[in-house]
Amino acid sequence: MSTLAASWDWLTDPAHWSGDDGIRHRLLQHLLLTVVCLLLSCLIALPVALVLGHLGKGGALAVNLSNVGRAVPTFAVLVLLLLTPVGRWGEGPTVVALVLFAVPPLLTNAYVGMREVDRGVVQAARGMGMTGRQLLFRVELPLALPLLLNGVRIAAVQLVATATIAALAGGGGLGRIITAGFNLASTPMVVAGALLVAVFALLVEGVFEVAERLVPRWARGGR
Amino acid sequence: MTAPPDDCLARNEWICGAYLSTRRQILFDAVVQHLQLTLLSVLIALVVALPLAVLARRWGWAAGPVLAVTTVLYTIPSLAMFSLLLPLYGLSAALVVAGLVLYSLTLLVRNILAGLRAVPEETRQAARGLGYGPVRLLLTVELPLALPAAMAGLRIATVSAVSLVTVGAIVGFGGLGNLIYAGMNTYFKAQVLTASVLCVLIAFAADLLLLGVQRLLTPWTRAART
Repeated sequence: MSTLAASWDWLTDPAHWSGDDGIRHRLLQHLLLTVVCLLLSCLIALPVALVLGHLGKGGALAVNLSNVGRAVPTFAVLVLLLLTPVGRWGEGPTVVALVLFAVPPLLTNAYVGMREVDRGVVQAARGMGMTGRQLLFRVELPLALPLLLNGVRIAAVQLVATATIAALAGGGGLGRIITAGFNLASTPMVVAGALLVAVFALLVEGVFEVAERLVPRWARGGR
Repeated sequence: MTAPPDDCLARNEWICGAYLSTRRQILFDAVVQHLQLTLLSVLIALVVALPLAVLARRWGWAAGPVLAVTTVLYTIPSLAMFSLLLPLYGLSAALVVAGLVLYSLTLLVRNILAGLRAVPEETRQAARGLGYGPVRLLLTVELPLALPAAMAGLRIATVSAVSLVTVGAIVGFGGLGNLIYAGMNTYFKAQVLTASVLCVLIAFAADLLLLGVQRLLTPWTRAART
């Protein structure tokens, strides 16, 4: 596999790590985009999902949003945003598109998690005289946590993928190494960029895998 | 010098009837390519996924590795997936199809396996008691009962494939994605919007079509619900 060897050479060349187009800068951009947009979409989606789930309203919306999100091509949304006034502020289209695609899995999973809390438990809590707020934060939220976190994990993986495609529409991040490689017709560079993206995505998935194993333990131990 | 024409194309408007009428052939070709790429990859994935899921069901030890590999494949972003396949397939439609097959495979294997696992043990034992061999049991009892879950996976895989084909524009085989990519470089608003809308319409149409097929194939689920 001479291509893999060439890609390895490309990756290990220190000249490719420094500078604005360097791997280090692109990696930081990708990480920053993923983290900032994950926080933003959690801030938008989770309160809405928790309130809707608590009230038991808007279920059709919360569930169908995911299906609609899957049908809309990320690339098309990125380009459409690029051509609107949003496209003029630097990473604007990328951030908006990333948040748009991270919200549906978050909303759907958190909502379903809230609704799948045993109704008997909820009624018992009501019977003990818990107010709506206590019920939400002390009963429903802890019980919905596993599914909610699964939604965060799906959203994070989705964000990494979307941030990569953003490079096609001029956004920053590791995808830029791939698109630059295509423009230079350099297969080693394309493959090197793809390897970086793949490893990054798997690391994000791995972090959540570890976090998921740790979280239920303290959630249970705390009560 | 003649004055430039003052139609919606010249004004670069988002919605443009003149675009639709003058570029009908280009749009048609892009839609056909889009459908071909989607159909081919989902069909190949289905043919590969079915035996994989059945084997993973039969031998319990195979289920773990099969699910792990497909999860890893699904985690890799589409642009990176297409790029990783570049040394193998070059700039070709086969590259896009291969990438899409890998994604669809994940969704299909997971769902078919979940469907097969959900078949009640009593049902299996009843069939065995009636003298069903393993092949007949699989074909006439297990697979039909796994059908709703499998069809749900097929619908998700198809809708995702329709949307992911657009990323194939990076190698020039992206169906409507090609038009979006070209439209982006020339700031051609009507082309980008038209291609995007068509793409979403194809996804919804495919979903509805598969839902109809599912209803036809599993009449018992409807009877049970009413």
